[in-house]
Amino acid sequence: MKELRLMKGNEAFAEAAIRAGADGYFGYPITPQSEVMEYLMAEKPHERTGMVVLQAESEVAAINMVYGGAACGKRVLTSSSSPGISLKQEGISYIAGAELPCVILNVVRGGPGLGTIQPSQSDYFQSTKGGGHGDYRMIVLAPSSVQEMADFARLGFDLAFKYRNPVLVLSDGAIGQMMEKVELDEQRPRFTEEEIIKNTPWATTGKTKDRERNIITSLDLDSAKQELHNHALQAKYKLMQEQETRFEMISCEDADYLIVAYGTSARISQKAVDLLRAEGIRVGLLRPITLFPFPTEIISKLADQVKGILTVEMSAGQMIEDVKLAVGCRVKVEHFGRMGGIIPSPTEVVEAMKTKIIGG
Amino acid sequence: MAEITKEDIRKPENLIYKKTDLLTDKPLSYCPGCGHGTAHRIVMEVLEEMDIQDKTIGIAPVGCSVLAYEFMNIDMQQAAHGRAPALATAVKRLNPDKFVFTYQGDGDLAAIGTAETIHACNRGENIVIIFINNGIYGMTGGQMAPTTLPGMKSSTSPYGRDVHMMGNPLKMTELVAQLPGTIYVTRQAVHTPANVRKTKKAIRKAFENQKLNKGLSFVEIVSNCNSGWKMNPVQANEWMVENMFPFYPLGDIKVND
Repeated sequence: MKELRLMKGNEAFAEAAIRAGADGYFGYPITPQSEVMEYLMAEKPHERTGMVVLQAESEVAAINMVYGGAACGKRVLTSSSSPGISLKQEGISYIAGAELPCVILNVVRGGPGLGTIQPSQSDYFQSTKGGGHGDYRMIVLAPSSVQEMADFARLGFDLAFKYRNPVLVLSDGAIGQMMEKVELDEQRPRFTEEEIIKNTPWATTGKTKDRERNIITSLDLDSAKQELHNHALQAKYKLMQEQETRFEMISCEDADYLIVAYGTSARISQKAVDLLRAEGIRVGLLRPITLFPFPTEIISKLADQVKGILTVEMSAGQMIEDVKLAVGCRVKVEHFGRMGGIIPSPTEVVEAMKTKIIGG
Repeated sequence: MAEITKEDIRKPENLIYKKTDLLTDKPLSYCPGCGHGTAHRIVMEVLEEMDIQDKTIGIAPVGCSVLAYEFMNIDMQQAAHGRAPALATAVKRLNPDKFVFTYQGDGDLAAIGTAETIHACNRGENIVIIFINNGIYGMTGGQMAPTTLPGMKSSTSPYGRDVHMMGNPLKMTELVAQLPGTIYVTRQAVHTPANVRKTKKAIRKAFENQKLNKGLSFVEIVSNCNSGWKMNPVQANEWMVENMFPFYPLGDIKVND
């Protein structure tokens, strides 16, 4: 039986992680995501499912605990906000290199530096283009509702294990803090020891006599082998692009103009679409749900249909680079956004569409 | 009397010592004379004698022993520089029935991994930490370590460690002994057969503590780095006895039985 509740985005994510059969959460407090660990500690998941919840000494330690747990074939996760996610980049690179499954939540706040605790989308480049060192990608899921905060905890684990790859849930301070109704999945059991040995035969579970030892590492000093490993990673990322691209289209069928926006910006843009359509201007919204893989193909198709595209982001314009790559120079692509923790209003988006795209 | 041939000697009944199966046949990447090989061997011998190899997960560091997993024939994880205690924390908490140890050098454990080391010790994680202290960064070519002695030369302290400019060496083992989470803290060496036996006993005690869920055991092994110290192995061991041991005295520092 599914359960209906009124929850904060951060709480919904935490509850959904327990219900997804998570084995361990390792975190460090930072606004605006501290409710994740607070909720988990209050819920005593060790009594509910046996899940381990540990407050680490730093974000660095937390992501490395995730590495250790994931290397044992366990479902493990961490969460943080922008400055803390920067600290985790070393660990994320190692996790990607060692091909370990895990879920990482970033409840983005404005930067750079300590910045602000208010919502932002200025970590797009870090999230989708690498972040840490080396050629690697994460699957990046961008929730735009409390419901998706819950859904993407479970989806994140499933994709992480399908591809042996870290999955980033890229939220923001608004989605993390706001309350909405959310439909929660039933409790899924945690992996048993037998399931781990069967489903993740690479995991370090203790070397028994019937198999060779399992080694989890990202190191290979033989450059020829390291290049082969990189080729294998790239092939995996290509497969993700073919199979895991997710997006939502709103009022795009007859659209003359298009807005591309994700997360909080997509919610605001949806209202802007309604306002513009009330004036007789046919605007559609394309909401990327996965930021990597990016919905390049559908944006390319829509570029043949519309006269101009506005990207709306709470940043100086980061996703716009991927939109421009999809569009080429076929139609005009412009950015509208606010920075430093300011959330744009729908009327600002309407105005930007009129001045930058329609009349521009 | 008939001459004794090699074949006569190599009979099973004459076998008094054999390399443990928990060491692979891969030639060690360590310099001749280095203490790492002996330390690897006695850790693996302890696992074999306790018959816990199929329940043990080892964590390798960054440093000379980054490739420890090439030589230890057990399941292993390779950690980012200094982070081994964080990995071990999660591995043990998620698998309380498994045995977990880290094997770390001084740069890894006492410089970049200071926070992870202190907090794993302070939480009293039920793991074993093996700490190889040779007072230098061996793998990167002999730079100054947090444990480099005052006045000691290295490639980044070419005129000797000036403590006023470069700070003092860190006695990490004494430091973690003060934390309530550590149950057994000891400093040993592997330069003589007698010391090897003592160190092996200490490692055995550390893993027995883990078996009894007693808390964190911390075994420092003061070792040589003849390459980094620019000496031959014999000189390096002599220099270690004369200079390292007075600063890092051997023996148990904390035993909570």
